[in-house]
Amino acid sequence: METTPSNRSEREREKLEVVAGNGLLDRRAFLRGGAAFAAAMTGYTLVGSAAAEPLADDSWSREPGNLVPAYGVPSRFEKNVARTLSNPKGEPRTQHARTPHHLLNGTITPNGLHFVISHAGDADIDPEKHHLVIHGLVKRPLVFTLDALARYPMVSRMTFVECGGNSAPMFSKEPIQASVQALHGLASCAEWTGVPLSTLLEETGIDPRAKWLIAEGADSLALSRSVPLTKALDDAMIALYQNGERLMPGNGYPMRLLLPGWEGNMNVKFLRRLKLVEQPAMSYYETRTYSQILPGGKAYRFYFVQEVKSFITHPSPGLALKGPGYYEISGIAYSGNGRISKVMVSADGGQSWAQAALQGPVLSKAFARFRMPWRWDGGPAVLQSRAWDEGGNVQPTRAQFVAQRGETQKVPNVLAFPNQHYNSLTSWAIDGKGEVKHVYA
Amino acid sequence: MSTHRLPAIALALGLGSGAAFAAGPNLGTPIEPAEIAAWDISIQPDGTGLPIGGGTPAQGAKIFAQKCALCHGESGKGGVFAALVGGAPLIGGIDTPKTIANFWGYSTTVFDFIRRAMPWQQPRSLTDNEVYALTAFILAQNKLIGEDDSMNAETLPKVRMPNRDGFIIRFPDKI
Repeated sequence: METTPSNRSEREREKLEVVAGNGLLDRRAFLRGGAAFAAAMTGYTLVGSAAAEPLADDSWSREPGNLVPAYGVPSRFEKNVARTLSNPKGEPRTQHARTPHHLLNGTITPNGLHFVISHAGDADIDPEKHHLVIHGLVKRPLVFTLDALARYPMVSRMTFVECGGNSAPMFSKEPIQASVQALHGLASCAEWTGVPLSTLLEETGIDPRAKWLIAEGADSLALSRSVPLTKALDDAMIALYQNGERLMPGNGYPMRLLLPGWEGNMNVKFLRRLKLVEQPAMSYYETRTYSQILPGGKAYRFYFVQEVKSFITHPSPGLALKGPGYYEISGIAYSGNGRISKVMVSADGGQSWAQAALQGPVLSKAFARFRMPWRWDGGPAVLQSRAWDEGGNVQPTRAQFVAQRGETQKVPNVLAFPNQHYNSLTSWAIDGKGEVKHVYA
Repeated sequence: MSTHRLPAIALALGLGSGAAFAAGPNLGTPIEPAEIAAWDISIQPDGTGLPIGGGTPAQGAKIFAQKCALCHGESGKGGVFAALVGGAPLIGGIDTPKTIANFWGYSTTVFDFIRRAMPWQQPRSLTDNEVYALTAFILAQNKLIGEDDSMNAETLPKVRMPNRDGFIIRFPDKI
């Protein structure tokens, strides 16, 4: 191309907008206005007219539409936006339903797509007959009906729930080729509304000897977990509503214990009993299932916190790039320790990084959506994100993580749980055709 | 401080009387331990909560064959679902399957989980004696107790599991 004053200045402006290797653009490029952003995009604008023929009315524009349903469901063209099921025939073992992060955007998980793990199916509870008992080391044991709880002062908060086993395929020694849904689909985020547990404990009173409470569900396993009383009095909630409507059966209808930022299994669903005690129960799920073997043979107990994590949802495996040009890299970041303070993105496998824009409001223990403008030049790229939280915690690199936590000797089944609490980086490799693969970088 | 805050403060200090409780919504109904008994099934590692009764490995073997072997295999050696007997040393790291013998820290957890969750299709259908017997059978199969050792509220908490001290509290400051 012949150099003219005009395109030279465009190229200089473009250079200003590139903030890291392989085409990452300044996250503020959008904010600075059309001119600067257009400059960054020079040479990659859509060419020509998309329509070969003049625009005309389609059938849906020429006749009245469908009956409005009493309870809406997504368009029939969105049927692929669904959870994946690990046990679709309901065999007598755990069922997992994973959130399709790559087909969603923003920070709220729709209720029908919120992840579910049911260790013995979804209990079919008649809310009129459900009770919540609080007893043990209290001054006054009390039983509450759902109607009674619904009259208490309520609070709403956005918070994520994540299974301790989310991202477990990442313990594989080799990267398993799977979607972000298969790798990270056991985390979701909703607005939960309910009664602060501290309000109810004020009414029962607390015996000073109480240090823990045992939370138990009304499901067939009577699933139980021990929770430190400090957490119960901090931000625990008896959640009755999820994104404005009553809890979904898979998320614990008619009530669940919500422990913001803590291991999903502890957020006991179908909650029917809270017993205040001096010592933890050492229940099956806390001392067996959700205790993590470490290299050398010791094991973690009471991990509780879902630590800072992020992953890119767009692009990701299954969402191939359609030719060079502009794309938005975006993804999800969250921490059980508080707010996300920063997300860095790399397009060259970690050689250079640039700070992504965080969509506000960034809330404590909730999904934060990060966005990063990117101009793909059509060559190989490796996309990564790395998050920091307000407590100064940072996602470990894979090398750091594996050194501490180990990896499998063989490649496990993608549905297996070789270990838990994986929070290292996820890397997506883009090849010259725009296909996205899972790699370790 | 305004006076209307006082009831809440009194509660926080544990000084609440009947009159103070009335300050909140107070929509719970008092309930007696006898009314909670059927739900109050938590067992703690020191044995707190263990019911009266007991059972031997021999008694447990018969119940196991009838109600458990279909899923857990003959004598608990593993079938469609988890083996309840045996287990490799944990030094194999994260590839090592967790078993009762190589991983579980407390014998009381065996009783607690059988009683609350098993058999899968009919949870809480076993008598306490049956749960003690099955617990004894599984512990004996793993050679953690003798073939003739009866398990009851006294003996069960004293069974020391091999991996009792194999755990590290991840975040002690959260407890």
